[in-house]
Amino acid sequence: MDGIFLQQLVNGLTLGSVYGLIAIGYTMVYGIIGMINFAHGEVYMISAYLAAISLALLAYFGVESFPLLMLGTLLFTVVVTGVYGFTIERIAYKPLRNSTRLAPLISAIGISLILQNYAQISQGARQQGVPTLLEGAMRVEVGSGFVQLTYTKIFILIAAFAGMALLTYVIKYTKLGRMCRATQQDRKMASILGINTDRVISYVFVIGAVMAALAGVLITMNYGTFDFYAGFIIGIKAFTAAVLGGIGSLPGAMLGGIILGISESLFAGTINSDYKDVFSFSLLVIILIFRPQGLLGRPLVAKV
Amino acid sequence: MSQTFYKKGFLALAVATALGVSSYVQADVKIGVAGPMTGANAAFGEQYMKGAQAAADKINAAGGVNGEKIVLVKGDDACEPKQAVAVANRLVDQDKVIGVVGHFCSSNTIPASEVYDEAGVIAITPGSTNPQVTERGLSAMFRMCGRDDQQGIVAGNYIVDVLKGKKVVVLHDKDTYGQGLADATKAQLEKRGVKPVLYEGLTRGEKDFSAVVTKIRAAGADVVYFGGLHPEAGPLVRQLREQGLKDVAFMSDDGIVTDELVSTAGGAQYTNGVYMTFGADPRLLPESKAVVEEFRKNGTEPEGYTLYAYASLEALAAGFNGAKSNKGEDAAKWLKANPVKTVMGEKKWDAKGDLTVSDYVVYQWDANGKYHQLDKQK
Repeated sequence: MDGIFLQQLVNGLTLGSVYGLIAIGYTMVYGIIGMINFAHGEVYMISAYLAAISLALLAYFGVESFPLLMLGTLLFTVVVTGVYGFTIERIAYKPLRNSTRLAPLISAIGISLILQNYAQISQGARQQGVPTLLEGAMRVEVGSGFVQLTYTKIFILIAAFAGMALLTYVIKYTKLGRMCRATQQDRKMASILGINTDRVISYVFVIGAVMAALAGVLITMNYGTFDFYAGFIIGIKAFTAAVLGGIGSLPGAMLGGIILGISESLFAGTINSDYKDVFSFSLLVIILIFRPQGLLGRPLVAKV
Repeated sequence: MSQTFYKKGFLALAVATALGVSSYVQADVKIGVAGPMTGANAAFGEQYMKGAQAAADKINAAGGVNGEKIVLVKGDDACEPKQAVAVANRLVDQDKVIGVVGHFCSSNTIPASEVYDEAGVIAITPGSTNPQVTERGLSAMFRMCGRDDQQGIVAGNYIVDVLKGKKVVVLHDKDTYGQGLADATKAQLEKRGVKPVLYEGLTRGEKDFSAVVTKIRAAGADVVYFGGLHPEAGPLVRQLREQGLKDVAFMSDDGIVTDELVSTAGGAQYTNGVYMTFGADPRLLPESKAVVEEFRKNGTEPEGYTLYAYASLEALAAGFNGAKSNKGEDAAKWLKANPVKTVMGEKKWDAKGDLTVSDYVVYQWDANGKYHQLDKQK
């Protein structure tokens, strides 16, 4: 049974790393302006379409090698999704910066609906499919059983962790990261010290969108199918992951994603898949009872 | 003839006379076509519309319904039960349809049919196979397809007799249709002495089934049966193959009868060999030959439920014309008493509104992403 258990762990890890990537978008936006960006799941959905479009375009121009295809698709998707993230913030959230906290929440829901319908009308309501790019799998013998890892899954794990590592580096060690952290800690003070906080907030939206785009490319590669509604379920899961890990905390989002993925996978794999969501959300409730700020979140200090 | 029709006809006549037009004026009757026109299952709604539109054109050319032309009204339920009720209310109250071809997902047809029943509107579903659709004593709810208890028997027998399944996994999508069908198949398997080693539900809209797939591997299954639709069936079969379960037979149902199964699975290499149960291919019937050629001439392939929707509208028209009334109850009474010649052959309904003869057979998908009726059925 070792092989089976390990396989479930790998399944959960891949799923969880993707949740984590999307959760980053929720957590960073919350950290910086204290708002839940409900349109974030839709940003991921848009990126899945963009990835498929880019793959089709590249294939049309005769690009066939996998690394080139991947690089081109990632570049295209990340850039265009980043533009989406930027534009959404400009149109829907920036004008509401100084209004009540509920207002941007409502406009986020509005944007989410707009994006869904936009994708549905422009791309059609059908399920979209992407042919398998990277075929084949690696088999690792473990005791009496084995773990089967498709090359796509290995690629996802590497890409997701590379993305997270890069982001952690940016936030921790670069000037942009310092500005982000400063704005998160105290927006007013940061602006007094000469940081253009509006621009920093825009950057944060772009970073969130870029991470969602990475997830979009990876998921599209792995499952090969999506539709205009694809952002909903995964958005909810990623949001849960962000809350689980402590909303506002970057490592928390990644940890939350991985915990959620693994717990779903292990529960479905060992007990029952009908109730895996019940289990994940029960886990969330229990953790929030004992640690209301989430696993790695800081306790909320009332803002004066 | 209904009073409203009389009034309408009179008004039309008056207008025509007033305008000095002496030609024959025809009023219209509206018939709803309801199904998932958007959403993950939009492929089936498209098939419905294509089939119904072609049938409406033909019926209109032959004189229409009691002398009036059929106008189709599209109703999009997106396979969401809540939306289905809203659509049903709109069709009944606003569009004042006299009959409905629909819906598709059983979980939609069931609540929507209550609305039609209250309004006295007759409905024929080309594709909802859950037994409950016709088991609730509604007087004007018909189907053009078989029932899951019949489909499940065919699937169960095939798994035992032909696939020689010893360790069978039964999965479903927790929806009325998928779970109902999985239950029926499971019951038949147990009756034949094969107890499923695993019986579980997936979540509709999700794409990652790797945990369940690993569990299937752990169970050492030789056959996987899935009750559900292609948006989940595609990724499921792909992930089965990707985890190295190449020899496990995969069988599903009439919810995957669309080319989109191949695209959702990421290519025909994954769907190659997939079995499914579906009504005997109506395209192979001698009665449908002319219509099928007509479709192909226009560049569309009448796949899946296209001809079912065609036949449903034919049956509705025959009911209204036979009863010489546009009332749902009259047409329903007539249909239960008389056989109808449709594009799918002669069809008869019992008192519940089910077809008297069901014709489920087993199909298989090939390496080119097409499906064929299998010669060997037992």
